[in-house]
Parts: sequence; structure tokens; C-alpha cells
Amino acid sequence: MTPLLQGMVTILVGVTACVAYFWLSNWVLDRVIFPARGPNAGRNINRANLVRPWLFLFPAIFVLGLYLAYPVVGSFVRSLFDRSGTEFIGLGNYIDLFNSSGFRVALRNNILWLLVVPAAATAFGLLAAQLTDRLSWGNIAKSMIFMPMAISFVGASLIWRFVYANNFDIGLINAVRGVFGAERAIDVLQIPFWNNFFIMFIMIWIQTGFAMVILSAALRNIPEETIEAAIMDGAGPFRLFFSVKVPQIMGTIVVVWTTITFLVLKVFDIVYTVTGGNFGTHILPSYMMNFMFRDDGRATAVAFVIMLLVLPVMVWNIRQARRELR
Amino acid sequence: MAELSLRDVSKAFGPTEVLSGIDLHIETGELVVFVGPSGCGKSTLLRMIAGLEQITSGTLEIDGQVMNDIPPAQRGIAMVFQTYALYPHMTVRENMAFALKIAGRKRAEIDDAVERAARTLQLDKLLDRLPKQLSGGQRQRVAIGRAIVRDPKVYLFDEPLSNLDAALRVATRIEIAQLKESMPDSTMIYVTHDQVEAMTLATRIVVLAGGGIAQVGPPLELYQKPRNEFVAQFIGSPAMNLLPGEVVETGETTRVRLASGAEALAAIPTRDGDRGMTVNVGVRPEDLELTEEGGLVSGHVALTEALGELTVLHLGLGAEAPEFLAKLPGIHAGLRGRTVHLAARPDRLHLFHAGQSLLYR
Amino acid sequence: MDNIAGRKSGLSWAVNLSVLALVVLWLIPTLGLLVSSVRDRDQIAATGWWMTPVPVEMTFRVRVAAPDEQQETDAGFVVEGNVLEEPSRAHWFEGGRGAVTAFGTRSVDPTEFAPGDSAELRGGGTLTVAADGSFRMVSDEGFGRPVNVLFQARVPPRITTENYDTVLTADGMDRAFMNTLTVAIPATVIPILIAAFAAYALAWMDFVGRGVLIAAVVGLLVVPLQLALVPLLNLHNQIGIGQSFMGIWLAHTGFGMPLAIYILRNYMVGLPRDIIESARVDGATDFQIFTRIILPLSFPALAAFAIFQFLWVWNDLLVAKVFLPSGSASQVMTVLIADDLIGSRGGDWGILAAAAFVSIAVPLLVFFTLQRYLVRGLLAGSVK
Repeated sequence: MTPLLQGMVTILVGVTACVAYFWLSNWVLDRVIFPARGPNAGRNINRANLVRPWLFLFPAIFVLGLYLAYPVVGSFVRSLFDRSGTEFIGLGNYIDLFNSSGFRVALRNNILWLLVVPAAATAFGLLAAQLTDRLSWGNIAKSMIFMPMAISFVGASLIWRFVYANNFDIGLINAVRGVFGAERAIDVLQIPFWNNFFIMFIMIWIQTGFAMVILSAALRNIPEETIEAAIMDGAGPFRLFFSVKVPQIMGTIVVVWTTITFLVLKVFDIVYTVTGGNFGTHILPSYMMNFMFRDDGRATAVAFVIMLLVLPVMVWNIRQARRELR
Repeated sequence: MAELSLRDVSKAFGPTEVLSGIDLHIETGELVVFVGPSGCGKSTLLRMIAGLEQITSGTLEIDGQVMNDIPPAQRGIAMVFQTYALYPHMTVRENMAFALKIAGRKRAEIDDAVERAARTLQLDKLLDRLPKQLSGGQRQRVAIGRAIVRDPKVYLFDEPLSNLDAALRVATRIEIAQLKESMPDSTMIYVTHDQVEAMTLATRIVVLAGGGIAQVGPPLELYQKPRNEFVAQFIGSPAMNLLPGEVVETGETTRVRLASGAEALAAIPTRDGDRGMTVNVGVRPEDLELTEEGGLVSGHVALTEALGELTVLHLGLGAEAPEFLAKLPGIHAGLRGRTVHLAARPDRLHLFHAGQSLLYR
Repeated sequence: MDNIAGRKSGLSWAVNLSVLALVVLWLIPTLGLLVSSVRDRDQIAATGWWMTPVPVEMTFRVRVAAPDEQQETDAGFVVEGNVLEEPSRAHWFEGGRGAVTAFGTRSVDPTEFAPGDSAELRGGGTLTVAADGSFRMVSDEGFGRPVNVLFQARVPPRITTENYDTVLTADGMDRAFMNTLTVAIPATVIPILIAAFAAYALAWMDFVGRGVLIAAVVGLLVVPLQLALVPLLNLHNQIGIGQSFMGIWLAHTGFGMPLAIYILRNYMVGLPRDIIESARVDGATDFQIFTRIILPLSFPALAAFAIFQFLWVWNDLLVAKVFLPSGSASQVMTVLIADDLIGSRGGDWGILAAAAFVSIAVPLLVFFTLQRYLVRGLLAGSVK
């Protein structure tokens, strides 16, 4: 059986199984356990309605629990054991990590990423959203800026490796330097420290479109009359933007910012494809892959450090969600 | 302290012309109300005066200065929007101070102006609240306060009461009237589709219809002497009844034979040449009274609406006037299903050229 | 807004220009790679992709088998021919295009002589190459061994699909493409179904613990994938799934679940309560309400999530690296490019570019045809 055929069969089996589960479980609930007939019909309907949500939720909760909740605990426990997984070494893996310069560089880079990428992508996105807002060809422009969203991180990395290529006749950066009289091509990906920013720009390039689309919708949601009122109050284009528009979409800006922050903490593809972590460009997710398949203890320890970095924003996020629920 | 005049102003969005040939002069201290059915261009006209819409042709002058290409903020006007348009992230104080801050006024001067306006509008205790912490009426007052603070030559109001509930609307309407009273020199332009607002607030009403001005005049003049059928039916509620007929006798008074055969005597002078002309006789429902025999119309009462202090009769007159309404003071419970005769005093009748419902001079 | 009186048009120009600059900056990198993917590999090395429409000066080496071809004439031993017609080079100069701009006899200096000059050969004799490529070698003693002729020619630009052919056949991109498709489709379809039921329960059913569950979903939305890798791979190995397609489908289903529930719930909550209550009054059960009313009405959100999940799975590298075996039989495109091609074809930009475009063609197609839904889905998640 070819994999594709296997895939089709899986879809068929999976979909049928899901539908059958939902249909059958509801049928059993309504007809067998709590039939809506006889002397207890009313009580039975109420009881069935108490159970039903859990029938609807069960598969999702099961999958969420197994694939996302359990690993948080599982990873933490695993990170307390040594490479083979048999000997408990407490925080030994964490101590080793913090003593290794590779980890410290990755941590520093990751914090740089967290500071630079969400800020830059949001700023560019806001700029693009505002500038394209009233333009006759604004939608085409937006489409073009949004396009990198569809490209894989690997594809995007290739695209930018090409731009950064260490050759006057291949890399655009060096070609431009050549026009301004540079004599030797340089490899921007090998400039210590600054190479990180060249890699970050790839992520910014991808995420700007996302920020732009959302912020552009938020800008359109601003009541037109407040803008007209500001014009009548004498606000120029810049004051209009910074004093009237931006404060009104602050909530959305924060959402965009945090969403990109989470993404930055997950992305290992770019560093992996562009430099493979060489020249001091590792970030935690790519650094972790050094240990994957080799030392599960270390790998899970790195993963847990990433989790700790996410934690504050995650808590804030849950608080926001709960506030909206009320 | 400003007069404002529009000369042959028109406005087109692409190929569609929404306003044309508007001529209007507004004196200092007037409160002019623009009314008209939705889509008549009244808001567009206001926004052109504000500078939020370009003027396609014609000129707008404020105090003798052509304003066509002057940016909104430099025209010396302030506008109160339908949805108030308060800046949601600024406190009441900041909302009111925003324009002055942009203009680069001194801190003390701004504070002074804001405090003064707040006192006038009883907003003193609300100055540090955000708009979302205010009620609808309070927001409305802040919007007005924001206009007052700027001390403009001309105030523009764009349907400012339409987002308030009925009771608040009445109260705020009176407040606006008092505000106008306290600032006798300020010029105000007010857009509404509510004729009660128009009648009670205006020194002059401008009725807009079909992209032009149907009539301009003091409220009672529009009520008593509508120049065309449109104004006649737009001002007054329920609308004026129209009965088709033919002039049979001219002179100091005019006699018209109605399609029903009845005759109407109107206290309107006509010339000899007008004899035989087809006209519409207009009569307001409130000008009709019950009579024994003859009179203007006789008809079957299809429906009565008892409002307490008065009763509205719906008469079926056949093809002549499908909907004919009479408004009688008091309670008339037993009239439904009966045939009644209605008459009106000759000086309460109006005559219009048939087929020219919208007559521009 | 455009109608405001007294507005300066200079600003409008500035806006147009800055947007143009932004769009160009955003497009050029992709455009460069796209252009390079259809260029000849030698030309890529010779000039930048921005010079694609311009003829390229390239250096060639031709080996003239002089001893076999020489003819004895009055002037001595003569070999004549045309360097541009050499079989291995001929495809460059089809239809008489191309011209020799310089030639030489030593590889250290292939442009030593101008066309028409006469060059002394090391082994004796002279060589002349004309601009049209015809050459003439003359020697009194005759040529004892083949002679290397180097020449530089201006070559017309060559657009070709060779890179794509190579990548698809020799480099196994065809197989990888099918593998990616195999991973992506079930991993998109299955989570939607499970999530839709859960989202309905969280949006429209009343039960104890609903708030906690919603908060949990929001929390799980941001759990880093990295945490899941080791424990789940171990789990898969223990229950016998191991590294396999089954494993990666399950993994993607799990990882996509929070976002699916989040997007679908946000959308369903926005559906009018009246519709659901009137259905309930009409006697519909929750199951019927869900399948007959909620599901059809939620189509935009379902589509949005489907596009998301498809793009995410198609473009994923991390999960595929961990949950699929590394052999070429089940390798997906991202892994093939990142792990194999960059290593083995590191400097061969024509091949890399073609590989990149094979892998992003489908997402781009999905993106440009279904952008409307994608945008709507994004907004459902973030703008209130």
C-alpha cells in the first residue's frame, strides 16, 4: 500500500470513526441510558443533557491531554533523569546546561529574538496597514506583503540565504555593496553577533503580513467619526495616527505582539536551515535539536526552559480569556 | 459672530449628483435646521460646510472669506457628531482639551476653557472619567462641550439626538435650546430628520429634497404657507391631505370643484386666466371639523386611532384620495364604520398646481 | 477621508512611494529565487539573477582533436572549425546566437587575445579565433596532440526547466512531494471534526467546568511543541506506532487541536442565539442542532482553520523530523531540503531554488485562491 493510499484510507476510517462515535454515543445516551419516555422522561432529558457535553468533548480532551498536557509533565520528569533515562539526577541537566557556553549563547539569542522580532514585525505590520489603508491598490499591496505567510520557514530560509549569499553575483546584499565599491564579498551570516539580526529579519519578513492583516482590520474598525472629529480638531496625519488611531487599537496590537512572541519561541526551522546554529546563532529550539535522539534528558531540559519563558505570557493570556468570558 | 453663505453649491460623487444649485445665506446668531427625507443630502451639505467633503462647485464663505479649500480645522467651526465621536481612550477632560492642545495653547488657558465649558454643561464631576463610563446623555454633553471649548464661529450638529432614547431626547433638545439662548451671537447649523426638533429649535428651517432646497423659512411660515406639495406634506404630522380638483371661480377667493363633485372655497386670490386649471387642494388633518351635511368631504370611517386628547380618523374616499386623515380634538369612539362629513375654514386651505409636487422658484 | 478639503497631495505621493518600496522589498527575495530556478546553472554562477535578460559572458574550453583533423596544405598543417559548434556547447548557441569576445590558450588567462588575433601555441603553430567562432590553427610541423582552446563568449540568456527536472527525478523531490501530501491531508481533516464537536460544547452547552476548559485550551494554545517531542516519541515507540505516518498524523491532530477549538469556538459563539433557541423550541436535540445548523453556518471558520492547519502541516519541519523515519521513503519536502539538499547541493542555487519552489507551490496556490477565508480566520482569533 503506498503511503498516499494509506492516507486516504486513514481519512476514511478516521472520519467514519469520529462520526460513528458522536452519533452512536448520542444514540445510546438518548435511547438506552436516559430514554425520553416513560414516567421519568423529564428527569431523563435533564440527565442526558448533563452528560452530553462530555460526549462532545471527550475526543478533544483526550487528544489535548495526551498530546499537550501530559508532555508538559512528562518532559519535566524526563529532564530530571540522565541520558539513558534510568538514573535520577535532579536538576543535573539544568545545571550542566547553564554551565555550557552554547546554551548561554542560545538563551541570549532567544531573548534577543523575543525582544526584536515581535516588536519589529508589529511595527512594520502597523506601518503597512496604515499606509495601504486608503490606497486604491492597497489590497494588492497587502496580498504581496502577506504572501510570505504561505511560505514554509525552510523555503523562506532558502530565499534569504540566497539574498545573503557570499558572492557579488548571487547575493543581493553583496551586489549592493559591490555597487557602492566594496571589494570583497562578505558572508553576513558569519559576522559575530550581528548575524543573528540577519536571521531574525527572515522571521520579521514572514510575520509582518500577519500583523498587517490583523491591524488593518482593527484600523478599519475604528469609528470613522472619531477620525473626522480629530481632523476637525486640527490633528495632522501623524498626530491622527499616534494620538487617535493607535490608542484605539492598542488591544489588538497587544494580541498581535503576543501571538508573534509565541511563534518565535517555537521556531527552530529558520536557524536550522540558515546556519544550522553555527557562528553563534543558536536559539533554544534549535539548540534542543542538537540533543534530540542523543540525550533526551538534556533535550527535555531545554524544552522546559522554553516553557518557562512562555509561562508569564501564557498566564496573562489565560487571564485575558477568562475576563472576556465573564 | 459669523455669517455663512453658500453660492450655487453642488456636490457630485463621481457621475451621481447629490446636491445642486444650493444658495443659502445664514446670518450671525441664527440656528438653521436642515431637514429632509433620508438621502436628500442634508448631511452631505453639513459635511461640506465642515470641510469633511470637497465642494464640487460653487463657493462657501464664512465671514466673507472663501472656505472651499481651507482645511476643516482652520474654518473656525466645531461639529457635534451623531455618534458623539468621543475619543474612547481619553478622559472627558482630554477629549475637550484635544483641539486646544493641538493648536498649541497654553496649559492654563486650556484648563480654564475646559473648566468653563464643563460648568456650563454640568460636567465638572465627570472630567476624569472615560467615555465608556458615561451615560448616553452625558456623552452627548461632552461632545457639545468639546465644541464649545473651541469657541467656534459656527457650530454644526449632525443629528445629535438620534442615538438617545425618547425621554432623554426631549430633555437634551431643551438643553440645546437653552445653550443657544445663552450664546445669542453664535451661529448654528443643525441637521435632523425629526420635524419636532426642527420646529422647536430653528430660527429658520431649510427643507432639502431631491438634491435642492424645497423651501427656506421660519418654522411657522413653512407650516402655514408651504410653497409646494413636498413641503406641505413633509412638515406637519399626520401629513397634509391633497384633493384633486379644477378651478371654477377666481378672484379674491377661489372656488374649486373637487373630483367628488363637492366644492371648496379657499381664501387664496387667483387671476381670471387660472379658471379651468387642475389643482390640488391641500388641507391639514387638524384643520378639519365635523359638520352636518355637505362640507369638503364625506366618507366612510375605516379606522379610528384614539390618542386621548385627540382622535385620528382614516377615511376611505376611493380613488380620489386613497388615504384621507382627519384629526379631531377629544374622544370620538362611535365614529368607526359611520359616514361623516368634514369641513374646513377657507383660510385653512392650500392650493397647488397639480403635478408639480416639488416646485423650485 | 479622501474628500477632506485642503488636503496636501504631496503626502499621498509619499504614501504611494513608501508602499511601493515596502512591496518591492517584500517581493524581491522571492522573485530572485524564482527567477534563478529557471536559469541555467552555469549562468547563475556567472551573473546575478537581476542580470537574467542580459547575455552572459561565459568562458568555455574546447578540446580540438588536432592530430585527427589536421589537413596538410600549402600553408602547413591546418585545422579549421567552429568553436561554437562543438557538440557539448552547441545548445548555448542555437540559431547562430552568441559571439566570441576573447580567446586564449592557457586556462590561467582565457581572455588573452581578442577575436581575430593570432596566438602562438605552446606546442608550436598559431591559432586564430574569429568573432563568429570559426577558428584556424596552422602549424608547419603538424599537431602531435589535442589542443585546448579557451574562449569567452557572450551567451544569450537561457531559460530552462532543467533544474526542476533534476530536482524531481534525481533528488527525489517527487517522492517527497507525495509524502508531504500524504502527511498533510489526514492531518488537516481529522482534527476539524473532533474540534468542531468540542467547540460547540464549549460555545453553546452549559455545564460545570466550561470556563476552566476554555482557559485550558487558551493555555495549551501556547505550549511549546518542543515539550511534546521526547515524551510522545517514547510513547509512540512503546505502543508500537514508532516513527510512521500514523504517528505524525496523530501528532499533528494533537498539536492543531487547541487552535482548532479556539477558532471554531470563537466563531460559533458569535452565531445568533435566536437561531439555536428557535431550533430547540422546534424540538431539535443538541446533536441535530450541531449537525444541521451549527456546522453549515460555521463553514467560514471551518475553512479558515483547514487552510491554517494545511499550511502549517505542509510547511512543518520539526514534527516531520521527529515523528517520521529519516529514510527517503517517508521523507517530506522540508526535511529533504533542510537535511539533504542544503548539505549535498549547498552551492547549486538552481537546484535549491527549484526545490524551494516545488515545496511552496501548493501553499502559494492555496494562499492566493483562499486568502479571503484565511484572513477571516485570522480575524476570528484576534479582533474582538
